[in-house]
Amino acid sequence: MKCGVVVFPGSNCDHDVYHVLKHVLDQEVTFLWHQDDTLKGSELIVLPGGFAYGDYLRAGALAALSPVMGAVKRHADAGGLVLGICNGFQVLLEAGLLPGAMRRNENLRFQCLDVHLRAERTDLPFTRGFQAGQVLRLPIAHAEGNYEDSPEKLDALEANGQVVFRYCEPDGRVTPGSNPNGAARNIAGVCNAGGNVLGLMPHPERCSEPILGNTDGLAIFASAVQAGSQAVGARR
Amino acid sequence: MTVFQEAVQEPEVTPETARSIGLTGEEFERLKKILGRDPNWTELGITSALWSEHCSYKSSKIYLREFPTEGPHVLQGPGENAGVVDIGHGWVAVFKMESHNHPSFIEPYQGSMTGVGGILRDIFTMGARPIACMDALRFGEIDAPRMRFLIDGVVRGIGGYGNCVGIPTVGGETGFHRCYNGNILVNAFALGIARRDRIFHARASGAGNPLLYVGSRTGRDGIHGATMASESFDKESEQKRPTVQVGDPFTEKILLEACLEAMRTGAIVAIQDMGAAGLTSSTFEMAGRGGTGLQLDLDHVPLRQPGLTPYEMMLSESQERMVLVAKKGREEELAKVFQRWGLEVAKIGEVTSTGRAVLTWRGETAADIPILPLTEEAPVYNRPVAEPADLAERWRAPEVPQPEDLRGTLESLLATSEFASRRWIWQQYDHTVRTNTVQGPGGDAAVLLLKGTPSGLAMTCDVNPVYCYFDPRRGGAQAVAEAVRNLACVGAEPVGLTDCLNFGNPERPEISWQFREAVRGISDACRALGVPVISGNVSFYNETEGESIYPTPEIAVVGVIPNLAALPDPWFRTAGDRIVLLGEDRSEFGCAAYLRLLHGIEQGRPPEVDLDAELRLARLLRSLGLRGLVHTAHDLSEGGLLIALTEACFGPECLGARVEVPLAGADLFSETQARAIVACPPASLDRVLKAAEEAGVPAREIGEVGGSDLEMRTGGEILKAPVAGLHEIWSTALPKALGL
Repeated sequence: MKCGVVVFPGSNCDHDVYHVLKHVLDQEVTFLWHQDDTLKGSELIVLPGGFAYGDYLRAGALAALSPVMGAVKRHADAGGLVLGICNGFQVLLEAGLLPGAMRRNENLRFQCLDVHLRAERTDLPFTRGFQAGQVLRLPIAHAEGNYEDSPEKLDALEANGQVVFRYCEPDGRVTPGSNPNGAARNIAGVCNAGGNVLGLMPHPERCSEPILGNTDGLAIFASAVQAGSQAVGARR
Repeated sequence: MTVFQEAVQEPEVTPETARSIGLTGEEFERLKKILGRDPNWTELGITSALWSEHCSYKSSKIYLREFPTEGPHVLQGPGENAGVVDIGHGWVAVFKMESHNHPSFIEPYQGSMTGVGGILRDIFTMGARPIACMDALRFGEIDAPRMRFLIDGVVRGIGGYGNCVGIPTVGGETGFHRCYNGNILVNAFALGIARRDRIFHARASGAGNPLLYVGSRTGRDGIHGATMASESFDKESEQKRPTVQVGDPFTEKILLEACLEAMRTGAIVAIQDMGAAGLTSSTFEMAGRGGTGLQLDLDHVPLRQPGLTPYEMMLSESQERMVLVAKKGREEELAKVFQRWGLEVAKIGEVTSTGRAVLTWRGETAADIPILPLTEEAPVYNRPVAEPADLAERWRAPEVPQPEDLRGTLESLLATSEFASRRWIWQQYDHTVRTNTVQGPGGDAAVLLLKGTPSGLAMTCDVNPVYCYFDPRRGGAQAVAEAVRNLACVGAEPVGLTDCLNFGNPERPEISWQFREAVRGISDACRALGVPVISGNVSFYNETEGESIYPTPEIAVVGVIPNLAALPDPWFRTAGDRIVLLGEDRSEFGCAAYLRLLHGIEQGRPPEVDLDAELRLARLLRSLGLRGLVHTAHDLSEGGLLIALTEACFGPECLGARVEVPLAGADLFSETQARAIVACPPASLDRVLKAAEEAGVPAREIGEVGGSDLEMRTGGEILKAPVAGLHEIWSTALPKALGL
């Protein structure tokens, strides 16, 4: 499957995502430059973590206006797969591809630690590799992961099944203590109505190889790659 | 507020004005002799910066020559932006450590930010991609004035920079002592990797080759930062805030990517970052190393605001700037790369063969200085040295009170800022970006993957300043030995060392004595343990109102782990594993943490450093790790056996241990060196003991891993404590002390 990793000035997880797709999953991967209005035929688009445009103004705000995002929007509108990780998630929010907004972490500090996540949807192209209610351990590394929206919109989000991951205890209970940043309803990841665009704060690319002691993140990429291949197969 | 003036009236050049910017009368005369005339104000400023202690090492040079700097892996020793060692598989590691103490004390957030920024540029300027940072921090007592503000600012600054650039901060150390109440230490380490044949140097060559300026524009920030860093603090230091630079990690990230891309074009002859003393040191050092000359056209230096004088342009320490020498005719090719990344490029001059730096501005010659006399013949001082008069008194063996309640004693120690978990600090640093971090902060040494190979890189930094104050030679040697021991715990063979030597005012004979002795101790240990010094930094004048810090020669050592398959953990991994104590106790309490922290006794000669024993222990630990015989390896250091055992229980599962130890009472906290604990599956126990015997390391099985309590017996039961309770005390102590 052809994968594209977007590079904004200030992206710093671009190489990490590239590595997992290329060397762990053996896929064709290309970098997509922020100033180019093309996805070079990529089927899976990943917006990586980092500090795009220095996070100046607001995390993701400037990146959302870059030329490549026009192409990403068209891709998403056509049902193409888009995955935003950490800063990439923030860009997707700012670009209006996903609902909601990010505030600074409740404790106003950058936090880098492993968290537990409950997979709320296991039928999405990105989550088919998970069991229902499966608890994952993934690292976070961000200062602005405090997901927020109005109560009505959050209710709608839940009703539509757009909450994909929630912070939880190792046993799967969703508690205030397991919420690392104050996110509304422990939300760690959401998808669009079509389920083809996913944004999440944790970094699955940082736990996709046995040598790093944890492979819980790999299934997200593997599921997407598999979903993409099946789609290609169906089209043929 | 000179910052906002259009142009500054320049002072007249006199011995007095020279002194006001840091040049002594003697140095002023020396400059006049070199020039054959009186200098102008710009020339005086340039010389003051180049001859500052920070840039010239004039008080430390004669001692630094003692360091062993060669070894089988060394490709570049001291003298470049950073040292280079071969780490196998065609890769090299480029690393260095540098201080940013003075700026961080004045303005902790920007000071520590730019400390990280500066050390990262030193690495990528060599053509290496930075993959790891460490930070060694020394704060005063938490309750000292401004200290919570300083701690918070420094930690935010380090995180703010490294997190944004995307370089993981994988390790470091933090200490607290009243001697830093008026002068904190921020030492930043960075390591990069490159293919062996792709290293860049900062040697300007080829007359006619253009000099390109890349990166941020030049402003009036940080003027005379290098000179400020070469002075002691007093009540006026607060007013020196304009000498502190301001960092922009986003520009650094762009500069990093653009430079690495530009280097791949083959159009770069030499490249150097503008660090301390900005445009002055970068251009003079490049030309000095290359034995060439320079013509600088200051009208083309990109400025943040109009009206900067040549003096200000040459001395500004605005951050995120580089100077490079391009191959003539290939400027456009390079400019395209930088412009694609949104960076400004300006041709500001060219390399000449005159051996002089000629600066022109507004049609006139602003400065004309012979380069080599200024860079290579900078003053060198052999300052008076005096052993402290009360050394015998300092070394008097302390009285050692016995602990009445062992569990209470242990809990009290775990709650001190010295032993408390540093998680609150390193959790604010991204330590997993770049997906190489096999073992991050909190262990004996950080371990990184070397992608595409079975090998790993390990790194650690260590020093015990109290040991160094009471016996700088032993203290220096101990720091190296402990670093090597920490690396051995993860199976790493040391390949190179970088240091950051933080001391007081070298014009005081006792400080020069401390420095000389510490360098000797480090050199002794480096020779005995086979570790070459490949780069480093000296920071003198760490004192406030006459009060000097303890000598703090921070030591960072990098090692290679040939195979990561059987990497031991620093904590207990499997119930049923047998615990083996390596090394022998000699009941040593000089400077011991037990006495300092619980009884207020800071007294005595620090523990002896038996370098042969350290070498035997390190070899044994490496071989046990590599052969996959042990699950756990953790060294004994401050706090001795009981602290080491307790820390080993603080793994992800808080596994307990039952041990029967040959020590009792206060000896459980003795700080005899060359010791470690390992834990192995029962089936490996005989092989572990046999390997120890063959290596000449005393070894004794002391118990087994399991349960949820730490239980200790010496004859009868002397301690039983739930690990979870101890962990709670240890893990919450620092945030509590900080009032969070």
